[in-house]
Amino acid sequence: MTVQTLRSGRARNDGPARRRGALRRTLTAALSTGRGRVGLGLMLLIIALAFIGPYLAPNDPTMFVGPPYAPPSHGLPLGTDDLGRDVLSRLLDGGWYLLLVAAAATAAAVAVGAMAGVIAAYRQGRAGGAIMRVTDVFLAFPQIVFVLLLVSVLGASTWLLIVAVAIVQAPQVARVVYGAAQDVCERDFVKAVALWGVPPRTVIRRQVMPSLTTPLAVEGGLRLGFSIILISGLNFLGFGVQPPNPSWGVMVNENLLGIRANMWGVIAPAIVLALLAVGTNMFADSLARAAFGAEQAEDFVAGSALGVGPS
Amino acid sequence: MTATPPSVTRTSGIVVSGLVVETARHHVPVVADVAFEIRSGTVMGLVGESGSGKSTVSVALLGHARRGLRIADGEVRVDGQDILAMTEQELRRSRGRLVSYVPQDPASSLNPGLRVGSQLTEALTIHPDALAAGQPALARVHEVLDEVGLAPTRQLLDSYPHQLSGGQQQRVAIAMAFVCRPRLIVLDEPTTGLDVTTQRRVLDTVRQLTQRHQVASVYVSHDLAVVAGIADQTAVMYAGRIIESGPTAEIFRSARHPYTAGLFRAAPSARRTTLLVGIEGRPPRPGRWPQGCGFASRCPQAQDDCLPAVPSLTSVGPDHVARCLHPLPSDAIAHANPPVPPSPGHSGSALAVSGLVAHYGSTEVLHGVDLTVPAGCCTAVVGESGSGKTTLARCIAGLHQVWRGKLSYAGTALDPLPQRRSEDERRVLQYVFQNPYASLNPRTSVGANIEEPLRYFTALSARDRRERVLRVLDDVALSADFADRMPDQLSGGERQRVAVGRALSVDPELLICDEITSALDVSVQALLVEQLRRLQHERGLSMLFITHNLAVVRSIAQHVVVVSRGSVVEQGPVEHVLDNPQHPYTIQLLADLPHLEPTA
Repeated sequence: MTVQTLRSGRARNDGPARRRGALRRTLTAALSTGRGRVGLGLMLLIIALAFIGPYLAPNDPTMFVGPPYAPPSHGLPLGTDDLGRDVLSRLLDGGWYLLLVAAAATAAAVAVGAMAGVIAAYRQGRAGGAIMRVTDVFLAFPQIVFVLLLVSVLGASTWLLIVAVAIVQAPQVARVVYGAAQDVCERDFVKAVALWGVPPRTVIRRQVMPSLTTPLAVEGGLRLGFSIILISGLNFLGFGVQPPNPSWGVMVNENLLGIRANMWGVIAPAIVLALLAVGTNMFADSLARAAFGAEQAEDFVAGSALGVGPS
Repeated sequence: MTATPPSVTRTSGIVVSGLVVETARHHVPVVADVAFEIRSGTVMGLVGESGSGKSTVSVALLGHARRGLRIADGEVRVDGQDILAMTEQELRRSRGRLVSYVPQDPASSLNPGLRVGSQLTEALTIHPDALAAGQPALARVHEVLDEVGLAPTRQLLDSYPHQLSGGQQQRVAIAMAFVCRPRLIVLDEPTTGLDVTTQRRVLDTVRQLTQRHQVASVYVSHDLAVVAGIADQTAVMYAGRIIESGPTAEIFRSARHPYTAGLFRAAPSARRTTLLVGIEGRPPRPGRWPQGCGFASRCPQAQDDCLPAVPSLTSVGPDHVARCLHPLPSDAIAHANPPVPPSPGHSGSALAVSGLVAHYGSTEVLHGVDLTVPAGCCTAVVGESGSGKTTLARCIAGLHQVWRGKLSYAGTALDPLPQRRSEDERRVLQYVFQNPYASLNPRTSVGANIEEPLRYFTALSARDRRERVLRVLDDVALSADFADRMPDQLSGGERQRVAVGRALSVDPELLICDEITSALDVSVQALLVEQLRRLQHERGLSMLFITHNLAVVRSIAQHVVVVSRGSVVEQGPVEHVLDNPQHPYTIQLLADLPHLEPTA
């Protein structure tokens, strides 16, 4: 019997190629599509621009280098803004802040939301119901209104901005994770471990969470896109950044009046923001498609946008 | 290939020749060299385990290939007309009229939004030529429902599929297949989800209708006993090829291919108490055939000449062919399996259940169940789906908590909630789940899965745990390199062995096995059952073995409890109950059970 077992063991040659985790498999599949490659390319391009940009800026982004709203010229390829500062330098310097705030807010939202969603799914019953009802209440508010309310009540410092954006995003993450975790919690391997009397915290950490990496990655990507839009919108409205410092959202607002004199002050940051949002979304979408198949991915992405989670 | 020459002259019946199905993308064959003939009015059984290509062949007979596959070559002649040469339009017109199909799951084959009557008449409005001159469609519907044993009342015709039981649904599906009087009917495991009594009625119906209307039927199944009861001739498939075929009686009396003989040795019987002998290894995956004979790597008879080329079908008896260079002697399976050695004596009872009443919501599903598992013994709980047998196991394990009654292990009462049981109680009672595809964590290796309970129940160091994992793998006859594989690299049988190993790793005293072999092929089931039986004997393990399969009970259990509709109807030593049943339900169950000895 043993000899034959060995023989059958050898006959099969699966090799380490199949040993990759599900997340890596999803990533590879996503990157084999045009949508995934273009999305990731755009994302990386803008991120590179935002973080390398400050070192490349030809001028100090807060220094006055010419008359207000000067059109592009030889030394100033994108002209100047409302106060006569170099638009190109401000563009190169205006991204890192936005990206850091968005990343921090998204990370916080995903962490809190995932925890709430998983606990609700694992506990079921009254505790789970209570968590999900609270998220429903949060979801009933329009996002931007809710953030504005928080920011105007609490103040507009950077960390409060992060907290506010995280608070509005977390319930949506919780919804999605709840849907995915419900399925995992019902699986036999989770029940088997629970039967041994293992505390719920350990069951969730060791058994449930590893199966949620893919939906979490997709959801994280989508949330990052939403956070960027939300935060640049808040910047545009004047929350979060102190005036002399550049940020793409702020730049759009500052230069709106002079759009007919030097349109680049508005259009350049708008294009960069749009590319970033489109890239993030395309990449997250390709991840979702690789993970759940095209049809369900549309449900997932649409559901995520509405905050209802996959059905 | 050579042994069944398609006769060109005969036109009544089915002649399949040179059928090849391959993947659409890389042109890798998944089914090859399939050829057979079926005379009108007879049934051919097409037997094979999962992945053997039997379902691919069965749909290819209708001119269809699943997504990703294409029919590359061959002929399927129905009364002389080649189905595979038809255009898409001709094919569509032939379906229902010339060929028809009964799928495994009746619930998915019937339109849930149409009443039974309209579903049946629908085919007749498309094929009005199927009716005798002047016969109204409704008359034919009444006729065909009568034939499948359903009273054609207004109420039945007006009901929706979900209002019918599984057996009734399957009979409606069969009526639909027969309503236009086709020439070829392909039945793909139509009784797999049904209980034995309903299965028996469905089989009788199919055989009668085949004869009455001179249809040629192909009955696809993984279950040898079912085929024995219905088929006039039988073909066995392995790795995409027919490896043996012949008259059913001949095959079942003297199988010559080592694989066919292996299937017989693995198949449990409710009549004889025998050790089950499984087939080690796993079949080649579809499209990944080795060179030469596909079975050679698992074959005890394999010799060097099996490897260079695929053997051709050669005659081994009247109308009996086998694809083997070294066929077994014709009496090989007659005295194959040794009897089960007597189990060691036992003293006292390990598990005692009395007056157990369980609820799902407001529905009572168990009505006062009493049973005991003697220490060191295996007690089987047998019942059909919905009998409450799984609920019973879940109550004992702590997965279902809404029950009252008494449940005690080794004299101490067990709490319904597993959290309130002592750590030792949780350790000595281990539960093995039905579905091996869900019971292992897919994100960690096999070794980590087995190690998991050791983390909670023992204080072993990482190295000691690893050592224990390797020992457990050896106990369930898996080699040490399985520890580093991921569950999705394992077959169903291997996974189930890992699940059993995980339960064994903490030295349990009572193993609760909930239908653990129902997802497995018979050759794999035999290996698992035999391993469990051996472990039980060697370690004095007590077992509660939940199953719907009466035959397998005989090979593993010493005691049997027959459950029906939430109550125990009969219990006692296995030989007593199976050889001399007392309760009408048990008698009926045993009478309807298909047997390996052919009747057709």
